[in-house]
Amino acid sequence: MAQTAVVTKSGAAFTLPRVRTIFITWLGVIPFFAFAFLFLLLPSSSLFIESFQDTQGNFTLANIVGLFDEPIRSGYIASIEISAFTALVGGIFGFLLAYAVTLGGLPKWVRSSYVTFSGVASNFAGVPLAFAFVAVLGRTGAITALFKNVGINLYDIGFNLYDFWGLSLVYLFFQFPLMLLIMIPSLEGLKPEWREAAANLGATQFEYWRRVAFPILLPSLLGTMILLFGNAFGAYATAFALTGGRLNLVTIQIGAQIRGDVLHNPNLGFAMALGMVFIMFVCIIGYTLLQRQTERWLR
Amino acid sequence: MAFVELHQVQKNFATATAVENFNLDVERGEFVSFLGPSGCGKTTTLRMIAGFEVPSSGTIRLNGADVTNLPPNKRNVGMVFQSYALFPNMTVAENIAFGMTVARKPKEEITKRVDEMLRLIHLPQLGNRYPYQLSGGQQQRVALARALAIQPQVLLLDEPLSALDAKIRVSLRQEIRAIQRTLGITTIYVTHDQEEAMSLSDRIVVMSNGRMEQVGTPFEIYNFPKTQFVASFVGTLNQLQARVSDAASGKLDVEGQTIYAAKPFEKMTGETVAIALRPEMIDLDGSGESEENHLQGTVEDTTFLGSIVRTRVRLRDSIISFDTFNNPNLTLPRASEKITMSFPRDAVLILEQNAAPVQA
Ligand SMILES: Nc1ncnc2c1ncn2[C@@H]1O[C@H](COP(=O)(O)OP(=O)(O)OP(=O)(O)O)[C@@H](O)[C@H]1O
Ligand SMILES: [Mg+2]
Repeated sequence: MAQTAVVTKSGAAFTLPRVRTIFITWLGVIPFFAFAFLFLLLPSSSLFIESFQDTQGNFTLANIVGLFDEPIRSGYIASIEISAFTALVGGIFGFLLAYAVTLGGLPKWVRSSYVTFSGVASNFAGVPLAFAFVAVLGRTGAITALFKNVGINLYDIGFNLYDFWGLSLVYLFFQFPLMLLIMIPSLEGLKPEWREAAANLGATQFEYWRRVAFPILLPSLLGTMILLFGNAFGAYATAFALTGGRLNLVTIQIGAQIRGDVLHNPNLGFAMALGMVFIMFVCIIGYTLLQRQTERWLR
Repeated sequence: MAFVELHQVQKNFATATAVENFNLDVERGEFVSFLGPSGCGKTTTLRMIAGFEVPSSGTIRLNGADVTNLPPNKRNVGMVFQSYALFPNMTVAENIAFGMTVARKPKEEITKRVDEMLRLIHLPQLGNRYPYQLSGGQQQRVALARALAIQPQVLLLDEPLSALDAKIRVSLRQEIRAIQRTLGITTIYVTHDQEEAMSLSDRIVVMSNGRMEQVGTPFEIYNFPKTQFVASFVGTLNQLQARVSDAASGKLDVEGQTIYAAKPFEKMTGETVAIALRPEMIDLDGSGESEENHLQGTVEDTTFLGSIVRTRVRLRDSIISFDTFNNPNLTLPRASEKITMSFPRDAVLILEQNAAPVQA
């Protein structure tokens, strides 16, 4: 039988049958595979299968077609709108801030405190985040009250924390820092020699940005915005905690479907989830492709 | 009037003075190297010529025009970086074209020139590749072409070969020199590799601690080092301390033995001076002419190095090493054997004080 020698730290060698070592190695990864199989592969394949079945279990495309009917259609649209909007705004401002703290010549502590803050803020979501905003900008929130004291009623002049724009504001709270965190390494990956080589060849600062720095950053800029899009698209707890289900997002519709079969058709619910999986999948592909491009360049 | 003139150039950073008292005239078409150990200010000087650093004082002139405070993009100086610094988002052709593109040259002219450049660097087929698809040596050639494409007044290279492996380093440096000769472009080349500097340059500026130690042709620098620093950095010279016995006749005392320098020198009798002995002029033979110098010592060891044999001999305190060409009839001295070495007077060089104190 084949034997492998296992040399311990002390230098003493003992042998284990090769088959047994391999078996032990595999044993170590089994929990992960079991987990992935049970809670990822199994549900998503059943999701996939049941999306194409009617209540009797026969094959049908009706559920998929049904995704384009109201109110599901507008649910998707609302989700896409808020995700795209917050990805764009968070992306642009996050990028500008990342630029300021990396290449803007600010003191070192500014950068490190922003990074620390962003690390926390980008993970701050769900009920606590919603509550924090209600406490500050809700109808009786601290800032709302402050404005009231100087005679301005935010809610009279069109502000509403519980509608599309309000929720966008809340989402931006984690979008913005996430963008910052991901863009900082990309900006720091811009080699100073590129700027110098460009200047040396006669380029102005603007031309350097237009022809070198921005094109180099573009894939990671877009890729990260896609990530932000996905991040907002999948958010449920924050939106639900804040609006209590009044906003018609896909995630909220699916949540309602889980709590009580409001559509009276579980298979349509599966199709909705499948639609989300599909959109997320497209996002991940896009992100991966763009990221690969950046890695190749910044190697 | 020289083509590139640096006059009393100095650069102080917040923490240190990187370059001091730098005066250099480079003629049109000349190939000059800055040679020195790490941190001696080579890059800083080059960057001042390129415009990436502004001198704290002094002036820099290019072709008669004062460029001391001109921004880098107005200088028309080509620079090649150690790390290549090719733009990763552009093809080889686009990289080479960059300078002309930002200068809004007509398309046909750009295409023509890019082709010319690709042929010059012997990579005519690779115009459509991206930098990450090229080897280090190819990337550096593209960087060279990119710098040359704008027809710069001066070409600056900052250790362009140090990221490459030894074999490519040698072939590429010959190529750089050949291209430089073809175009007749004034070139300043930074390196800490003395062999590189020797083999490439018309003149070498040896630097240490931000100052110029010596400027001269490779021949002068190698054969007539002025200071201890140059002697030890550039060559394999033996350095000894000697006491001046009689400056007018060139008489010196080395650890109790008398030797003569070829020429009288301006030192006080009794003063201690640093001298250098050129190893290839030392013979293992006591029977020289009367003009010759003799030093006696004890053999420490001999090392066989292929075509040469290196012998190390102890005087009283110091050690002298010298090389003998290998031949089959050679009898090697044995360790702890007492021998007499002889050498002509002009093998003895009197060294000056270093321009900058040598740091420990
Ligand atoms: N931007 C800077 N700020 C402060 N000090 C600097 C700066 N650039 C260079 N120096 C200092 O100036 C001195 C000369 O540096 P320089 O880069 O010119 O050396 P070098 O001869 O090119 O060395 P190497 O062979 O390592 O590249 C060094 O002591 C360095 O620490
Ligand atoms: Mg350097």
